[in-house]
Amino acid sequence: MMTETKNTPKSAILLLGCPEVPVQMAIALYMAHGLQKRGTGVLATGNPSVLNLLKVSDPEKHYLPQMMVLEKCVAEVVEKKRTCDLCVVFAHNDAGIQYAATMRHLLPESRIVLIIFGRTPEVLEESVTFPCEKIVDKAVHNPMQLKAKINEVFGWAA
Amino acid sequence: MGCIENLKYEMILPLGASFKECREYVEKNFSEVLYVDPGYKIFDEYLIGLPPIALGIEEGKKIIFPYTKPCHGTYLLRIEDPKEVERVRKTARKKK
Repeated sequence: MMTETKNTPKSAILLLGCPEVPVQMAIALYMAHGLQKRGTGVLATGNPSVLNLLKVSDPEKHYLPQMMVLEKCVAEVVEKKRTCDLCVVFAHNDAGIQYAATMRHLLPESRIVLIIFGRTPEVLEESVTFPCEKIVDKAVHNPMQLKAKINEVFGWAA
Repeated sequence: MGCIENLKYEMILPLGASFKECREYVEKNFSEVLYVDPGYKIFDEYLIGLPPIALGIEEGKKIIFPYTKPCHGTYLLRIEDPKEVERVRKTARKKK
């Protein structure tokens, strides 16, 4: 059931990092579900490994009907063929932070939410010098605390 | 590494270097440094990273640039291509 609210973004990009940290997959599907049931169109982007994990986890595309390889998505944003109201970037390494900085630059009008997780999120957080909203949690295998923080930031009651 | 993988490149910094370390290396080790923003196209790939992105020019024919991938982090690469050097000199800026 769709429960659109006043501040619901019309479109969102979930930009996923390397899939080596398990919580990313769970949180990506959780966020896609949370956004879509409120009326947001969601595109997930990442490298082929991440997209294959999503395709296997969601074979009928209930949660993620739209997926795109990261290079193509970045190209479309650079070429102004694609934009979004909300861009959520997942980062558990320096590369993730750099992708978030890139999207911040390319999408100046969009809300950028950077989810920093993994074993040393505080170190990564210190390297963020550009404006964005941050959700930070030392999450590797257990997504529950991160999920609670996401609920708080997005106003999603548990 | 996409199209760049098909080019003859040298890896200047070992895997695991941060984007910041790559920028500092370029600024410290090359006399000609140019700056671009993320989304700048080089060798048919869009550059990723916190702006301004530092590019080094060496011997007038080689470009040194950061190349970021989700799993591996940032590579600092050197590729010889005088035509691309000329294009970068015309389109990149000299100051941050």
